[in-house]
Amino acid sequence: MNIIRYIIQKEFRQIFRNKAMLPIIFIMPLIQLIILSNAASFEVKNIKFGYIDNDRTSSSRELIENFNASTYFNVLTDFSSSKQAKSAMLNGDVDVVLEIPRHFNRNLIKEKKTDLSVTINAIDGAAAGVENVYVNQIVERFNANTKVQLIQLGTAGVQPQIIDTIPLFWYNETLNYKTFMVPGILVLLVTMITLFLSGMNVVREKEIGTLEQINVTPIKKHQFIIGKLFPFLILGLLLLTVGLIIAKILFHIPIVGSIFLMYGYTVIYILVILGIGLFISNFTDTQQQAMFIAWFFMVIFILMSGLFTPVESMPQWAQILTEANPIKYFVQVMRMVMLKGAGFSDILPQFAKTLLYAFAMNGLAVMSYKKFT
Amino acid sequence: MSIIVKNISKSYKQVKALDNISLEVPSGELFGLIGPDGAGKTTLFRILTTLLLPNEGTASVTGYDIVKDYKSIRNTVGYMPGRFSLYQDLTVEENLRFFATIFGTTIEENYDLIRDIYVQIEPFKNRRAGRLSGGMKQKLALSCALIHKPKVLFLDEPTTGVDPVSRKEFWEMLKRLQEQQITIFVSTPYMDEAALCDNIALITNGKILRIDTPEGIKASFPHKIYKVKSTKTFKLIQDLGAYEQTHSAYPFGEYIHFTPNTTAFRTQDLTHFLKENHHTNIEVFETGPTIEDTFMELSD
Repeated sequence: MNIIRYIIQKEFRQIFRNKAMLPIIFIMPLIQLIILSNAASFEVKNIKFGYIDNDRTSSSRELIENFNASTYFNVLTDFSSSKQAKSAMLNGDVDVVLEIPRHFNRNLIKEKKTDLSVTINAIDGAAAGVENVYVNQIVERFNANTKVQLIQLGTAGVQPQIIDTIPLFWYNETLNYKTFMVPGILVLLVTMITLFLSGMNVVREKEIGTLEQINVTPIKKHQFIIGKLFPFLILGLLLLTVGLIIAKILFHIPIVGSIFLMYGYTVIYILVILGIGLFISNFTDTQQQAMFIAWFFMVIFILMSGLFTPVESMPQWAQILTEANPIKYFVQVMRMVMLKGAGFSDILPQFAKTLLYAFAMNGLAVMSYKKFT
Repeated sequence: MSIIVKNISKSYKQVKALDNISLEVPSGELFGLIGPDGAGKTTLFRILTTLLLPNEGTASVTGYDIVKDYKSIRNTVGYMPGRFSLYQDLTVEENLRFFATIFGTTIEENYDLIRDIYVQIEPFKNRRAGRLSGGMKQKLALSCALIHKPKVLFLDEPTTGVDPVSRKEFWEMLKRLQEQQITIFVSTPYMDEAALCDNIALITNGKILRIDTPEGIKASFPHKIYKVKSTKTFKLIQDLGAYEQTHSAYPFGEYIHFTPNTTAFRTQDLTHFLKENHHTNIEVFETGPTIEDTFMELSD
């Protein structure tokens, strides 16, 4: 016990004595949290919009006016030909081009049916999808209005048959992206710091030769490992605390669920990450190697965590792979507990899997750590 | 016997680092392992300190088998690796306390043993180890290796990269430690330090050439040996190489150590030969063999 306590003390001393390390551990993640939370938005605004109006009637102008009124679109240019529009899109001057055909108005009134051509720059596929939805919404609204007008003009007595859907976004009523991004980004920061620090810590002792000196001492494996990893558990929890405070004060993120549950889960989660870190450091000889391997896992974990792209939209094999992604569980738990107020029984599946993961990783790490070669 | 090594071999892939090594070190002896870089010294140290498993052979330290009883060995030996491997960002005192703690002891308990060494660095006990000079680092490393009162001390090239004054001091410290009944197993590439050991083993390319006292090693030199000097040292080596009576000739400080291949050798003949080859200020005189001479002779 005395030995473990002394090692922990020594680790903290070394962390706090390293002038470059403290800002890296605390300031950098928080800057990331503030920047990313403000920047990593799925909303697409200020779409550069151009149109070719071959009809030039009141209806076509009204349609364009609808786009103009939308906050998402900047109505930029009125192209006289589709050739012109094409070259503008090639130059990147315009993202969406709407072409209104000749006889748009006439067809709409006489045949109750007409076509519109929409061209979207899909270099950024995600943005293109969002833009398509916006365009459709505006066109539908325009459509509904004209229908009402037509009905009023024509056969009175027949009720317009329009089904209106009013969506309600539960747990995030205003669909504020920050509300669901901040808990996720917090998860990434806690993971990155604990994985990198633990992954490099033991390798560092290998590099400077102190591990060899320690290996000839009668110190027990578990004493050394617990002593080494415990400080990073504390640092991870500290980081989570500071992050939650920022989330609350700066971003007004609701924390509906139990803080206690959140911390309880985080402790087990960090144990998983520390196990992975130690496992990496057992198979590497330099901090550089450890860093690259940690990055390899980190990038896969982040991109397949469901934070930026929903897991449900991934191909089947990828969905199976995400079962082994600890970040996925942490993101789910954080969102569930923070936004929905989920209780222990709600997060039990994630909790159980993470616990199992923690045992597996730490078991592997302890087994692969050898005091001699 | 404090250390017994029997037929130890160790290979790293194709390279044979140790080839059938055997040696014995009695308790309380200062034993030197002498050989050039890459001879296999560190490998033997790592095997004896239970950091490395041998491919073949057995060894024991203070009666404990290096494979079976590795835990007991770790309690009874002190090891100072060749590279300074203490925490540079911890202070002198923190380093010492750290090693005392993980050995389950305290500085106070074994202070007597390290007092001689530690008093010299105690004024700097709040200085970080990384900011110590080479000689002080070495004293700290020795203190840390001694803090748990080991029965056997393994020192792997402790004086490499240390100034001559500190080297001399260091060996004096070892002599004093020996009086405390600690067996010391030390390796060095410096032949002058070898003379300070009770027994030495000459090692090169993973093989032990000879184990004997320093005097015995010197006495075993089979030839007469001459110191030769002239103003043109480089030409002197070349000319001696071409001389018909030369057995060996290699530089040794400012002189060339020359051994003849015949007992009928006379110094006048060599002086005459060198004069013919336009050497000036020629000095040729007989000298006693050193450990290095024997080493060169054996490793040829």
